[in-house]
Amino acid sequence: MKPLLGYRKPAPGTQPSYLYPPYVSSIKRAPKQPLISIPVTLSEITGPTFLKEIASPTAFDLTRQHKGEPLGERIAVSGRVVDEDGRPVQNTLIEIWQANAAGRYLHKNDQHNAPLDPNFTGEGRTSTDDDGRYRFITVRPGAYPWKNHYNAWRPQHIHFSLFGPAFATRLVTQMYFPGDPLLEFDPIFHSVPDEAARRRLISSFDWLSTQPDLSLGFRFDIVLRGRNATPMER
Amino acid sequence: MPAPCTPSQTVGPFFSIGLDHLNRANLAEGSVGERFAIRGRVLDGDGEPVPDAIVEIWHADAAGHYHHPEHVSPPSEATSFLGFGRIPTDERGQFSFTTIKPGPVHGPDGKPQAPHLQISIFMRGLLKRLMTRIYFPDEPLNASDPVLQVVPELRRDTLIARPTKQDENTLEWNVCLQGERETVFFDC
Ligand SMILES: [Fe+3]
Repeated sequence: MKPLLGYRKPAPGTQPSYLYPPYVSSIKRAPKQPLISIPVTLSEITGPTFLKEIASPTAFDLTRQHKGEPLGERIAVSGRVVDEDGRPVQNTLIEIWQANAAGRYLHKNDQHNAPLDPNFTGEGRTSTDDDGRYRFITVRPGAYPWKNHYNAWRPQHIHFSLFGPAFATRLVTQMYFPGDPLLEFDPIFHSVPDEAARRRLISSFDWLSTQPDLSLGFRFDIVLRGRNATPMER
Repeated sequence: MPAPCTPSQTVGPFFSIGLDHLNRANLAEGSVGERFAIRGRVLDGDGEPVPDAIVEIWHADAAGHYHHPEHVSPPSEATSFLGFGRIPTDERGQFSFTTIKPGPVHGPDGKPQAPHLQISIFMRGLLKRLMTRIYFPDEPLNASDPVLQVVPELRRDTLIARPTKQDENTLEWNVCLQGERETVFFDC
């Protein structure tokens, strides 16, 4: 039987711990017992592979889901999904969700006193192409207040959810914007100990995907876990 | 110099805008196998229900085959079983789903693993997902399962669904994030 190749563990400091007390909700929800390391099995190196149809051809454009155009600054967000060895992650589903330009989510629990936009839902899907590339059209989300601490505001962000090729590669993250002054005060952003890793959550302004008279471009590349080079010894 | 993996961030409280599209509480549709339901609750460190979690499920078909290119054994029965489900918890922290019992998948040493479901859990307050497994009660293969074997014996039952009074095909499996009965979570 062919030996199974697992996925490499993230480098120390590049992922948040479950418990990060400045992010108050983590206190009652982070497990207290250490995680248990398990051997690589087929169950971890396989994972859901979605049909392309789930990301309908129009689901990547969040500005065209209603009768009119949403308010706010129109942006294109694009990038490449690769693994830690630089190989493209092909045909993988990406789901995103975000607040509207005023910083309000179309969600029953969002109590922020900012207007909803009848032309903006704030959710989109697409899948990467053979080179791992993806693109969304949306509007720049507003910052919004939250109850974590006094005068707490989330920096502008877009939530990203990716599957990758395996159960082991599943990732949910957030994309931030360059130069956002709120990043410095945000405990969710700062839950990642390593500064270089944290900076990879910040998109960059992208002149090449900026379109005249249409939209600014931001680039957000995503790296999923890479494969072990040799089978795990047990 | 390889690029390190992108850090995880929480799904936050508003994931249902973006993730609802793939909600699927009936994984069994259109596939063969013994049907059963799992219901349970997600509880925080105070034993309070978590009303804003999502549970994702991944498992093999009734013959122990994963719908995935790396599982090279010939697919059985040619069913359309995809093996994926996603369910948010309700205001009382409850979730339930219906699926088929997976067959035994072979383990790292070629011996069969006990039938199990792969589970990911996301919620506000979790900076990265939790990974765990659901096993079945009264399953002889549990005694030799390579993953259950690395779990301290006293905590193994947090991974095994319990029979309910309702009917024999409805099982209960709860997630305790903390406390005496804290669920076993994995690193892989
Ligand atoms: Fe958010």
